[in-house]
Amino acid sequence: MTTPPIVRTLPRHLLSAADLNRDEALLVLDTAEELARLADRPIKKLPTLRGRTVVNLFFEDSTRTRTSFEVAAKRLSADVINFSAKGSSVSKGESLKDTALTLEAMGADAVVCRHGASGAPHRLANWIRGSVINAGDGTHEHPTQALLDTFTMRNRLGRIEELRVVIVGDVLHSRVARSNVLLLSTLGAEVTLVAPPTLLPVGVDTWPCSVSYELDAVLPKSDVVMMLRVQRERMYGGFFPTTREYSRRYGLDARRMATLPDDAIVMHPGPMNRGVEIAAEVADSVRSTIVEQVANGVSVRMAVLYLLLGGAFIETVEAAA
Amino acid sequence: MSAARPQADNRPVTGDPSVARPVLDAADLGRALTRIAHEIVERNHGAADVVLLGIPTRGVSLARRLGERIAGIEPVTVDVPTSVPIGSLDVTMYRDDLRLRGVRPLEPTEIPSGGVDGKVVVLVDDVLFSGRTIRAALDALSDLGRPRAVQLAVLVDRGHRELPIRPDYVGKNIPTSLTETVHVLLEDIDGRDAVLLGPADLARAAAEETTR
Repeated sequence: MTTPPIVRTLPRHLLSAADLNRDEALLVLDTAEELARLADRPIKKLPTLRGRTVVNLFFEDSTRTRTSFEVAAKRLSADVINFSAKGSSVSKGESLKDTALTLEAMGADAVVCRHGASGAPHRLANWIRGSVINAGDGTHEHPTQALLDTFTMRNRLGRIEELRVVIVGDVLHSRVARSNVLLLSTLGAEVTLVAPPTLLPVGVDTWPCSVSYELDAVLPKSDVVMMLRVQRERMYGGFFPTTREYSRRYGLDARRMATLPDDAIVMHPGPMNRGVEIAAEVADSVRSTIVEQVANGVSVRMAVLYLLLGGAFIETVEAAA
Repeated sequence: MSAARPQADNRPVTGDPSVARPVLDAADLGRALTRIAHEIVERNHGAADVVLLGIPTRGVSLARRLGERIAGIEPVTVDVPTSVPIGSLDVTMYRDDLRLRGVRPLEPTEIPSGGVDGKVVVLVDDVLFSGRTIRAALDALSDLGRPRAVQLAVLVDRGHRELPIRPDYVGKNIPTSLTETVHVLLEDIDGRDAVLLGPADLARAAAEETTR
């Protein structure tokens, strides 16, 4: 090679979608686009992270995120250790810090962490030397979900800038909504949150987006509609009178979908409650990207793992030079 | 290290050492490509099974130009219904020095629709130096299929091999010192065709040193 390579990198950890500036976010999306082609090849594996260890540290139930990270790490030839709180020493009372130090001692290069408490991955990042990737913490953030959602939008619609994105539903309990708002605004999209007032978090007025209570008014002016699941497992009070009334006012059915512009897409981070926030016919329509989102999740997580673990940390290189 | 004077062909370098010295001009570069195209056709008794895979970024551009030239030599006939397939092969994920520097962005890999199984794959790169890029390319290729044979075409061979790798087609052999830089400029990327030999780039030399 005649030209010295352009060195671009990510921050050491991926804890929040706000950790990424525009260039870094685009780097992840571009890298994911190249890695997506791997799915068409006979050998869906790259040797890049051989000898690196990725720990999936899941304190909360998850099927798609954990499998997605596992497939991503394995396609890059990393060793994957799955650690779920059930059946581990955590159920014997071990603290997060002691668990982290145990994993550190085992030589984890990256820890993919899902935790029910907001901020847990952030704490973890202070205790271990490897990279920490937030795979969802409480009601706080889920940055790789936001990356795969943006990746899906760019794939389908060709751009992110000036896209009108509507995020509908249980914003209060949604880490997906927060991460998406942050990432999409970094990339220049216009985000509108639509929810009943009881399902909007305090301080939503400081978020880089607008807020509406009327779904019908917003739909005709949107390119992307992202439906959120009503997170009953996090609800300890009455947030709306009945599921039926919620569904009537904030659910996406075929009639509402018909008011969308022709090329608009419908997204859902999963798992879905068919018949509550999204009607079955909408979930299975051609506008729906729900299955694509899962496939894109693997490519995006491969990109994140490659960019965090594939190279040397810049400070090490400078120190050596 | 600062005393190291750039040396090429054992001739003392004259003039301003900060200015890179042209080694091939546009016409030379064109002639070299034409010759390589002829050699590829001659060696493979035609171009029927040949697939050109360029290594990004400049290798891809060179592969495209070799393909055009081969099409001029071997017109499309009944036996060879289409022109030579051209693709690109990014080797980043297969490099052995990934963990020695910051992470590199990926380049596109485009494999022609016919694939590489049973074909004669000619890898095309601009400069052959340590041979490590080609080693990575061979690994990448083996994940994509099983070519009947793999050959290597480079515009410039500057020596200093660190692996047992040898090119099949060479535009020009340029003896260099380790610290010199070879710049290949191509019309579609850089606006003009030329090969320049630059003086020792000490920052780069230091960076190279750390990767060894």
